[in-house]
Amino acid sequence: MRKGIVQLVAIAVLIGVLVTLVAVLFQWLPTSASEEFDRIQDIYWFATIISIGIFAVVAAVVVYSVWKWRVPLDDDADGPPIHGHTGLEIIWTAVPAILVIAIGIASAVVLSENGRAGERPLQVNVVGQQFTWKFVYSDYGDLTSGELVLPVGREVRFTMTSVDVIHSFWVPNFGQKQDAVPGIETTILVTPKRTGEFAVICAELCGLGHATMRAKARVVTQSEFDAWVKEQAG
Amino acid sequence: MTTTQHEPEQVEAYPEHFEPPHGPTWRLIFGPGLVRGVWVAGLFFVLGMLLVAGLRFWWGWDPVWLWDVILPIAGMVTAPIGFLGGIGAFDYWLHYISGRPTRPEDHSGHGARTWKDYFRVNTDHKVIGIQYLVTTFTFFTIGGLMAMFFRAELAQPGLQFLDSQTFNGLVSAHATLMIFLFIIPAFAGIANFVVPLMLGAPDMAFPRLNALSYWLLPIAGVLFLASFLAPGGSFATGWTGYAPLAEGQPLGQTFFNMGVQWAGASSVMTALNFLVTIITMRAPGMTFWRMPLLVWANFTTSLLVVIATPFIAGSQFFVMFDRIMHTSFFTPEGGGYALGYQHIFWFYSHPAVYIMMLPGFGIVSEVISANARKPIFGYRLMALSLVGILFLGFSVWAHHMFVAGMADWLRVPMMITTLLIAIPTGIKVFSWIATLWRGRIHLTTPMLFALGFVTMFVIGGLSGIYLGSVPIDIAASDTYFIVAHIHYVLFGGSVFTIFAGVYFWFPKMTGRMYDERLGKLHFWLTFVSFNATFFPMHYIGLRGMPRRVFDYDEAFGDLNFVITIASFVLGASFVVFVYNVVQSWVRGPVADANPWRAHSLEWQVSSPPPIFNFDEIPQVVGGPYEYGVPGARHAVMRSGEAAREVQHA
Repeated sequence: MRKGIVQLVAIAVLIGVLVTLVAVLFQWLPTSASEEFDRIQDIYWFATIISIGIFAVVAAVVVYSVWKWRVPLDDDADGPPIHGHTGLEIIWTAVPAILVIAIGIASAVVLSENGRAGERPLQVNVVGQQFTWKFVYSDYGDLTSGELVLPVGREVRFTMTSVDVIHSFWVPNFGQKQDAVPGIETTILVTPKRTGEFAVICAELCGLGHATMRAKARVVTQSEFDAWVKEQAG
Repeated sequence: MTTTQHEPEQVEAYPEHFEPPHGPTWRLIFGPGLVRGVWVAGLFFVLGMLLVAGLRFWWGWDPVWLWDVILPIAGMVTAPIGFLGGIGAFDYWLHYISGRPTRPEDHSGHGARTWKDYFRVNTDHKVIGIQYLVTTFTFFTIGGLMAMFFRAELAQPGLQFLDSQTFNGLVSAHATLMIFLFIIPAFAGIANFVVPLMLGAPDMAFPRLNALSYWLLPIAGVLFLASFLAPGGSFATGWTGYAPLAEGQPLGQTFFNMGVQWAGASSVMTALNFLVTIITMRAPGMTFWRMPLLVWANFTTSLLVVIATPFIAGSQFFVMFDRIMHTSFFTPEGGGYALGYQHIFWFYSHPAVYIMMLPGFGIVSEVISANARKPIFGYRLMALSLVGILFLGFSVWAHHMFVAGMADWLRVPMMITTLLIAIPTGIKVFSWIATLWRGRIHLTTPMLFALGFVTMFVIGGLSGIYLGSVPIDIAASDTYFIVAHIHYVLFGGSVFTIFAGVYFWFPKMTGRMYDERLGKLHFWLTFVSFNATFFPMHYIGLRGMPRRVFDYDEAFGDLNFVITIASFVLGASFVVFVYNVVQSWVRGPVADANPWRAHSLEWQVSSPPPIFNFDEIPQVVGGPYEYGVPGARHAVMRSGEAAREVQHA
């Protein structure tokens, strides 16, 4: 029996290593361009570690059992009549409970941090309309643009609505997403931390042109941003 | 095929039924059946049309012939009712209401004597079970072909050979058919066949209602498919049909609104029937704690169906009223609330995920226990975890709306309940693998599908943990990560269990054995191509590809090409299944009554079972999974008289 346990653990470790390689050798997440996405990625890795552990245990027991206890189809004996084990059942109720509550607490903390607006964030009003985005900078005399330009390092509060159906404002590299809903206002915070060009994508099916409802997001330095504002206003 | 002969004394007792007073042509046209179904449906269509036009004319509304109203009323309400009347689904009740002679013990529409009886209103739960399965696998084929079409389109970025409307329509119809016409009713079909047998009952509690619930189903399927013929194309707003998008759509959307009503009504009637059957028709000695887990699973599923389904019915009626009657339930211009739709829709559609999962849990428990030759590990906790999922299932709907703009405070509670569902689900997974431990494992085809299910469902469950966490969900929702997640849950989960169930009970249903080698080929082809199709979708989703788009970033081109090729292999693997089932059904080797040496009651009668299931009423004396316990029996067969005395004692 001891030898069996060693073999089982070896299979679990092997599966765990293989899955870990899959998790780290591919770059599963886009490069983070916001402080919010950094925190989301922390949770992502936390959940990934737990998932790898659980998958390795389950897959190892299945593989090991089939390897060890497979019999020919015409075998007519029965296995041992084991009806249960209260201790084990308590363990596999309690351990997952602790793990998911840990994920829940960590997620709630990140959610609250990602939702806490600092002092005077840059206000951008987003309007979704089949099939374009419009960005209104209310701090700059309602400057309106079809391109999203943001200064790096400054928190931005997006307040959004839609004039027709539900759209969803999403910049994959920001890790933040929010539906723009007709009739109500919704908000989301993003603090860009990296300059560059990113895609604004509509993530909620909004009609025939949904796939093409895209805009460009540009994160620039503060001075470039000021210059852009001046140019647009002038 | 389940065929039965009439007893001679039955014929003598009711000669007028067996020698009808009219000739064969008269019977063909005016007797219950598909022919009468078609012409009465046509007649009722005309009646519905005249009703709408007549009322509009009377009130002086213009135009009188408004097809946006005539079609929903005449085409989607009165014509289907006419069809049901025509095939004879209401005959008994109408005779009863109108005072004509009826015989409660009339079994002429019960059991199948020829293959033609499968195309009639039949009250035998075994016939209905097979009707369900053949119908649902037909729609599975159609839904799968639709997926092939849009996967071909997605092999490269940009539009190649579909247009935007057709693409959205195919995506929407694929999901709608798979959910409403395959997974939910296929489980109902398996349960229809198996549950009364497992309980030791001669049939379901309400056989005529059972027949009616089956015949509602093709109506829903035909409506969904007919929407492709509607001007402006089929419904194209996803199977979720979100308002307000759905409200401005062309006529095809109404087909979705009404199709869901027929499918939902079918579900509710079947679920009520299961509940009453399970509560009242258990054989003597069959306590709740002696019921097989498949029965437990269908008991909890039926509760979910009965409580939740009216919500989706309501949501679709409200959308239809907004569309046709210009109410404003969900349109902000008239004071409506756009997010209201999502709350009502998901209050059904999240429990629906468990409606599509719990019966599979039941099937897998039967298959694993019988093929590992061991009692199911922790039977009572297995049953209680189903009940736990039932309750938790109603408290998580808003996790589909974390980015929707609903009240912020609702997100954390919904996240906690969502994550808590991992606990009863985990109990089930760990108990299945503990059942394997030290068993004597027979790797039959159903067992392979059951083990494939356990591992794939764990992946689907773990990606569900990611999505349950609100911050990760905000990044991943509405992307291909979701598509990957639902296919691991509904294909790696539900569809694998449906295959396991069909293979497992195939000998009982048909009296013949399937081909084990083809079955294994089917499993391995499906297992590998399934993973090759859906696992990369996690990646492209996280990297930034939204779902429900015909065009996407060039960077995802190569992987999408691989996914498309894999999906074609997945489609081809289904051909192996169809070939195996058809040729085994026709000329497979005759199956034993109990090829798996299982203990539950359906295996204690012949394959296929007799017309009323049990010649002797079984007396249940122990649990259903007592493998390896010396001398243990689940039930003993007693002569009818003695059993009746026990029942009344």
